[in-house]
Amino acid sequence: MPSPNRDQGGGTPRCPRTPPTPEAREIVFDFLSDYDDPSIWGAFWMTVKLTALSGVGSLVWGTLLAAMRVSPVPLMRGFGTAYVNIVRNIPLTVIIVFTSLGLADIFGMTMGASDFDVRGFRLAILGLVAYTAAFVCEAIRSGINTVPLGQAEAARAIGLSFSQTLGLVVLPQAFRSVIGPLANVLIALTKNTTVAAAIGVAEAALLMKEMIENEAQTLLIGAVFAFGFVVLTLPTGLVLGWLSKRLAVKR
Amino acid sequence: MTEVSVAKDDVPVTGDLVVLKSVNKHFGALHVLQDIDLTITRGEVVVVIGPSGSGKSTLCRAINRLETIDSGDISIDGKPLPQEGKALARLRADVGMVFQSFNLFAHKTVLENVMLGQIKVRKADKKVAEEKARALLDRVGVATQADKYPAQLSGGQQQRVAIARALAMDPKVMLFDEPTSALDPEMINEVLEVMQQLAREGMTMIVVTHEMGFARSAANRVVFMADGRIVEEAVPDQFFSNPRSDRAKDFLSKILHH
Repeated sequence: MPSPNRDQGGGTPRCPRTPPTPEAREIVFDFLSDYDDPSIWGAFWMTVKLTALSGVGSLVWGTLLAAMRVSPVPLMRGFGTAYVNIVRNIPLTVIIVFTSLGLADIFGMTMGASDFDVRGFRLAILGLVAYTAAFVCEAIRSGINTVPLGQAEAARAIGLSFSQTLGLVVLPQAFRSVIGPLANVLIALTKNTTVAAAIGVAEAALLMKEMIENEAQTLLIGAVFAFGFVVLTLPTGLVLGWLSKRLAVKR
Repeated sequence: MTEVSVAKDDVPVTGDLVVLKSVNKHFGALHVLQDIDLTITRGEVVVVIGPSGSGKSTLCRAINRLETIDSGDISIDGKPLPQEGKALARLRADVGMVFQSFNLFAHKTVLENVMLGQIKVRKADKKVAEEKARALLDRVGVATQADKYPAQLSGGQQQRVAIARALAMDPKVMLFDEPTSALDPEMINEVLEVMQQLAREGMTMIVVTHEMGFARSAANRVVFMADGRIVEEAVPDQFFSNPRSDRAKDFLSKILHH
């Protein structure tokens, strides 16, 4: 547990009642250095790891779902539609808590991890991927709708199969038109990783909660964590916005 | 325009390549194809003309099953058109298609457009595919544009690339669905010239067009459609100078006199 780390007896105070300014700053900001399991850097690093792994996972799963939703096989279309409409309407907290209390505790799904922290980390990613993929799917599907029908017809006319038409002609164009909306999903995902705190994953929001319980500087702590998330998400939006202009398909 | 008539009569006839038998199709209440019977022999150039909404495009698209039909039979080179799936993809590779709106793959360069089918469908080696693509682009006169994207090309150039893309698959028959209708007038000829050349080389072609000059000079046979039916079939000279049906006379009088 953190302890107030006041430097006692350092120097000779000119006025004993009002401590000198350097010390005051130390007192106000001591929460930044007093935590080391995890440190504030460690906690944000966990947020980054959750975001990156869930991001990749939900991009893959979301793309597969979108492929199902436009496939000629009714069963796959039905599954895709049902999945998206069920999963995106359930609160993320419910999904994340279910992975821990349901999948892990009741069904014994340990995700190949014996360590509690590792298990929580993997379950959180599973929940985040399951949830975010529904939004990725819908973004990509709207991108597919921007690709003129003639593109798919031309692809089929030279003998490409359905999956080749989708993978080589339609999706590459669809992706380029939805980089902007996908950036929104990624930013939402970055912030949604905070829900992993609900099952004890040591990421930024869990540390913030702990600090707020132990320290007096509630507003300051809130501002520091808010700033941390802005630092993560603002470049995401800027870079992807630039990419979406650069990669736009000219017609 | 009759003077430019191409000698195609000596092309050896080696059997029926595309056969349509009592083909019917509806779009809702509209009966767009009504009992269509049509046989195209190897090496033949058939031009399909007729007023808008007569079903010419639908007929063309039905031949490689971009449009499904309600009843009847279509067979290509003796094989009936298969259901959606691998067999259909294989058959489509043998049937080249050129669209009114070009439909070049917008995210790929001109060269990649012509290489894609060779590599992914014909499983050709990349080097071989590139050589062939460059040769075809040269043949249609756009070799210098190989590394550009379709949007950087003029309509006429795009359409010629689209023809090269179809030819890259070594098709048995080429379908042209109004290939010059979306072009500015000054670009129509460069596309028609490529098509004339193809016809001279003995390619089997089914061409839906409003270009009567092309029909006169390159076609072995003109098929006139109206209201979903084939109203008249004849060699071009006979059709244009002496149409039998009133519907054709009416159509020709409207397009040839101004």
